[in-house]
Amino acid sequence: MPDGALPVLDVRGLKTVFKIRGGEVHAVNDVSFDLKPGELLGVVGESGSGKSVTMMSLLGLLPSPPADVRGGTVNFDGQDLLQVDAETLRKTRGGKIGFVFQDPMTSLNPVYNVGMQIMEPLRKHMGMTKKKATIRAKELLELVGIPDADQRLKDYPHQFSGGMRQRVMIAIALACDPKVLIADEPTTALDVTIQAQILELMKELQERLGMAVIWITHDLGVVAGIADRVVVMYGGQIVEQAPTRELFKNPQHPYTRALLKTVPRVSGAREERLEIIEGQPPILGASPAACPFRDRCDVAFDRCAKENPPRYNAGNSHDAACFYDARTGAPRDV
Amino acid sequence: MLTYTIRRLLTAIPTLIFISLIIFLLLDMAPGDPTAQLPLTIPPEVREQIRQSLGLGEPVHIRYLLWLKQMVWSEPVYYLSQSVDWISAPDEARLISWQTRAPVMDTILERLPQTLMVVGLAYVVGVLIALPIGIISAYKQYSVFDQAGTFVSMIGFSIPPFFSGVLMIILFTVMMPNDSFWWFPSIYDTTLVIDSWENFGKQVRQMVLPVMVLALQTTAQISRFMRASMLDNLNQDYVRTARAKGMTESVVVMKHVLRNSMIPVVTVIALGIPAIFGGAIITEQIFKVNGIGQLLIVSIQASDVPMVQTLTFIFAILIVFFNLIADILYGILDPRIRYD
Repeated sequence: MPDGALPVLDVRGLKTVFKIRGGEVHAVNDVSFDLKPGELLGVVGESGSGKSVTMMSLLGLLPSPPADVRGGTVNFDGQDLLQVDAETLRKTRGGKIGFVFQDPMTSLNPVYNVGMQIMEPLRKHMGMTKKKATIRAKELLELVGIPDADQRLKDYPHQFSGGMRQRVMIAIALACDPKVLIADEPTTALDVTIQAQILELMKELQERLGMAVIWITHDLGVVAGIADRVVVMYGGQIVEQAPTRELFKNPQHPYTRALLKTVPRVSGAREERLEIIEGQPPILGASPAACPFRDRCDVAFDRCAKENPPRYNAGNSHDAACFYDARTGAPRDV
Repeated sequence: MLTYTIRRLLTAIPTLIFISLIIFLLLDMAPGDPTAQLPLTIPPEVREQIRQSLGLGEPVHIRYLLWLKQMVWSEPVYYLSQSVDWISAPDEARLISWQTRAPVMDTILERLPQTLMVVGLAYVVGVLIALPIGIISAYKQYSVFDQAGTFVSMIGFSIPPFFSGVLMIILFTVMMPNDSFWWFPSIYDTTLVIDSWENFGKQVRQMVLPVMVLALQTTAQISRFMRASMLDNLNQDYVRTARAKGMTESVVVMKHVLRNSMIPVVTVIALGIPAIFGGAIITEQIFKVNGIGQLLIVSIQASDVPMVQTLTFIFAILIVFFNLIADILYGILDPRIRYD
């Protein structure tokens, strides 16, 4: 990872709110992170922690209403994606930022063949002729490891298995040589052997094509295997951010430590193999005024209920949003 | 697909034979006497002779088979012999209406153009209005347009044609000044021959009111259906994928969502077509359209069994046929469905 390089994507203070009957849900609260060129950034957190909503907010992919991106900046390519006009945003989607979604079974249009679905962004963003787009689509299918690409272009999504469909989705996302690829739990809906294949494919493609990847997952094992840097999300905000090795070696936030404990073990007494974090993640009706994790935290103290902790620097490009300092084992005095 | 079509056409034959038997037996069991409308002065023995001459003396299975033979063999052969000269007309008598003594099929063919023109046009107009309304209503769900569309649909569903038809006549024929552009005739003139632009204009004007009444009903049904189908698809993951690929909203909606949404709607539209041939009994009565619906109701009232049997059987054929058409369209629109 080229340290200190200018980030390709720089998100500052992002805030997304869903309007619901009789109130609001604050799904993303003041999220800031950056993505460096050629880096694979893992985003982890349990369901409902705001991982997907954050990424979809970047490109305006959330249906509005009910979603409302209230604030922040998303700097990409010298522009703020939250301010640009609809046309520029469309060109960025698919053209410069590719998106791979969670469920390949439903993410492809069932009534059009995959060739057409791969060629659509090629013709739209790169202005290719049908002939050129067909050649490129064939290359893309070969790139993602689908054999007999010539024939498969004419096939419909239902003629592909789940893993193959996810490969098609990746091919679509890669079609226009994007600078950034956002993969939203791309392996969650697949079985374990296929998961491993897709992981390997993505890692290989990322190295070969030199793009930056944001990989959303709730599987810490996946993150440990492929990510350069990890962002941990909880309650719609980033609670910890660190290079992968540093995070696993030296977790600072109590939530991250709890998460690491929940990875099931194969050895040990049966009842000790799987730890759980008691309680439910919060649904925030307003901007959090206190630490969202305090109810489930084992080191929380009175300050946690009064203020929402900012992200404190913990050295080694590592930061964590906690008033409790894991290195000293005592509350911070700032 | 071809073998499937052939197989379906072959299985349609026993279905239709069974339907024809049911129709025949039902009408045979129905009360009513074809001589009931004849003058009371006719003595009973003459009445009996009239019945015999109509073929009512034969047992029911003989009458059924004779009717079936006339229906599926003699009549088609007769019409073939009229169009090509190397087939001679069959020897059997034609299927005759008890009421008018005219061949049943000739009467039906005489009435069909009026019905197709009025009811068919109303269906086309209704569908053409309904599809955009359904699409926009779904895309802008709960908007003012959607609310208005819902209201109009509710009116279309709940107001029967015998009310809306009369209302139209009061508004556009009675209350409207005669020389106004918005005045429309309430009586459909079947004898009008379209031989000049002036008569064409007249024809268009006399079709306006019945078409409006009927199209309102079609629009109400199809637009609700289209809206529901669009709403089902607008929240699908593939729509998000299309947006994430950077497609414009018009491509997302009119290409990705519409093609998927049309699958069930096309089926409903295809299945509605046989009803056009059935005519619109009430609307045709109101606007004096000399069509199939009017023919059917008059024949029922006069116990004109051959006419009612034939009309009902033709509807049955059309329904079976358009069911097949709907299934084939389904297979064409949805690549997941393969019949072979």
